[in-house]
Amino acid sequence: MLTPESLARIDREIAKYPVGQQQSAVMAALAIAQEAHGWLSPELIEEVAVYLGMPPVAALEVATFYNMYDLKPVGRYKLTVCTNLPCMLSGGVDALEYLQKKLGIGLDETTPDGRITLKQGECMGACGDAPVVLVNNRRMCASMTPAEIDRLLAELD
Amino acid sequence: MAVLGSINPILTAGLDGDRTWRLADYVSRGGYKSLRRIFADNLTPGDVIAEVKKSVLRGRGGAGFPTGLKWSFMPRALPGEKYLICNSDEGEPGTFKDRDLLSGNPHAVIEGMVIAAYAMGATRGYNYIHGEIWSLYERFEEALAEARAAGFVGQNILGSDFSFELFAHHGYGAYICGEETALLESIEGKKGQPRFKPPFPASFGLYGQPTTINNTETLASVPFILSMGGDAFLEAGKANNGGPKLFSVSGHVNRPGNYEVPMGTPFSTLLEMAGGVRGGRKLKAVIPGGSSAPVVPADLMMECTMDYDSIAKAGSMLGSGAVIVMDETTCMVRALERLSYFYYEESCGQCTPCREGTGWLYKIIHRIENGQGVPEDLETLQRLTGNIMGRTICALGDAASMPVQSFLKHFRDEFQYHIEHRQCLVPVDVQRAGSTFFTASA
Repeated sequence: MLTPESLARIDREIAKYPVGQQQSAVMAALAIAQEAHGWLSPELIEEVAVYLGMPPVAALEVATFYNMYDLKPVGRYKLTVCTNLPCMLSGGVDALEYLQKKLGIGLDETTPDGRITLKQGECMGACGDAPVVLVNNRRMCASMTPAEIDRLLAELD
Repeated sequence: MAVLGSINPILTAGLDGDRTWRLADYVSRGGYKSLRRIFADNLTPGDVIAEVKKSVLRGRGGAGFPTGLKWSFMPRALPGEKYLICNSDEGEPGTFKDRDLLSGNPHAVIEGMVIAAYAMGATRGYNYIHGEIWSLYERFEEALAEARAAGFVGQNILGSDFSFELFAHHGYGAYICGEETALLESIEGKKGQPRFKPPFPASFGLYGQPTTINNTETLASVPFILSMGGDAFLEAGKANNGGPKLFSVSGHVNRPGNYEVPMGTPFSTLLEMAGGVRGGRKLKAVIPGGSSAPVVPADLMMECTMDYDSIAKAGSMLGSGAVIVMDETTCMVRALERLSYFYYEESCGQCTPCREGTGWLYKIIHRIENGQGVPEDLETLQRLTGNIMGRTICALGDAASMPVQSFLKHFRDEFQYHIEHRQCLVPVDVQRAGSTFFTASA
């Protein structure tokens, strides 16, 4: 299931570590696999593990330990909102509630059309820019007002 | 996002937001001169460590351990690979300073790492970057490519016999990986569970080899220590608290952001730079060093200066320099409830007192917040923290306990009011108005 392009990217990650330590690339490899497939199925995790020469259960341990891996299917866009204390003081919780109302879904739910999944996040190291919405683990949208959130939603097809 | 203000800046001097991060910009600001000087003047690793010791640079990740002393623990002469790790896994609620350094001045981090590696005889390095700030992970890789092409990183650096390979490694959402031994496990491709110490990383670190882990801001300070001299760097701060420091100011202020000021700057000055309390409201409390640091009531905080010693005297910690400001619209029970949820969520599960204890802390504070607390709850919370602190492998258990103890110490009345009246002392609509989410202009 891993595409040749994903494998090439994983190889570049493996090259960062000393010979024989290719397991060090597992976090990057799982992230690359998730980026290509949307989420990490058990088969995909096993494929990554086999490629890196590590026991599948060790790769599963990593996939379940870190919050940004998705072990269940998510929408085309995953929106993660930080609601930790500094963000809460500046509207992080309000932003999440606003999104829930707009989309008509709860936390960890996906819109019926499969477009958007909503998540609550822990500290993203961007407290000064609260409220913060992270799109698909990659794009960080800062200082979100209701109008900015409306704009973002309109942009995500 | 950029640094919003400064007094006598050093780390962020001459930066124009994130538009001046490239190698050419850094060199035009005097970048890589310190590294060149090492080889031009034949400075020994001992000379470099002596200069860093003179600067009294203390670890900017939160512990405040003297950097020069930490470097001297590395067994330089031992053959084989030795590692230097930059800890950019910035996930302590309130902290976002390393992000702006990686954004605006990544080459200062790279130069600092190469100099540190030379001082400690490290052969290979990794910068572990918080997964959520993905674009800066990519930027760091770009900056590394520039540095490699220019001969500042890699084999025979600047024609010397010193070689140092450096790479970026990204996290993927685990607060605990900011703990240095959890971070090492994570680089080894495992779940990030802290190791028991001793052995310390300097003797048994990454892949079992000698390793030193320093914070991003600590390493970014190193080129400036060599260029201005250890004494001048020390004088840029205050005695026993050398240098400038980036403070991340968040919460109820008009201009949340990073500010670079000398160590020892009055808190009141920093608050003023951040535009004062939001909407001109009254200051209630401040968490001065990231979410793990004990909360300090407004009156006491207004007397503090921003340095390790003054904040310690006020019963808290300077930590990573993350200043969380709370005004009179804040419900302290709700604030603590959110922090407790964070530690419960992020406990790695390895040690029973932390794994179970953080769950109980959250459950009890949650029920107080929701009007279901019982009078014994406050005693139970106190007892729980006593049973967590000092009984775990790493500091996360302590970090979860200190907010609980300090909130109960300084704001006990609010918790009691919640339990007795089954509602908050601060009306909910007042709390909601505090965030200004629905009133801010787009």
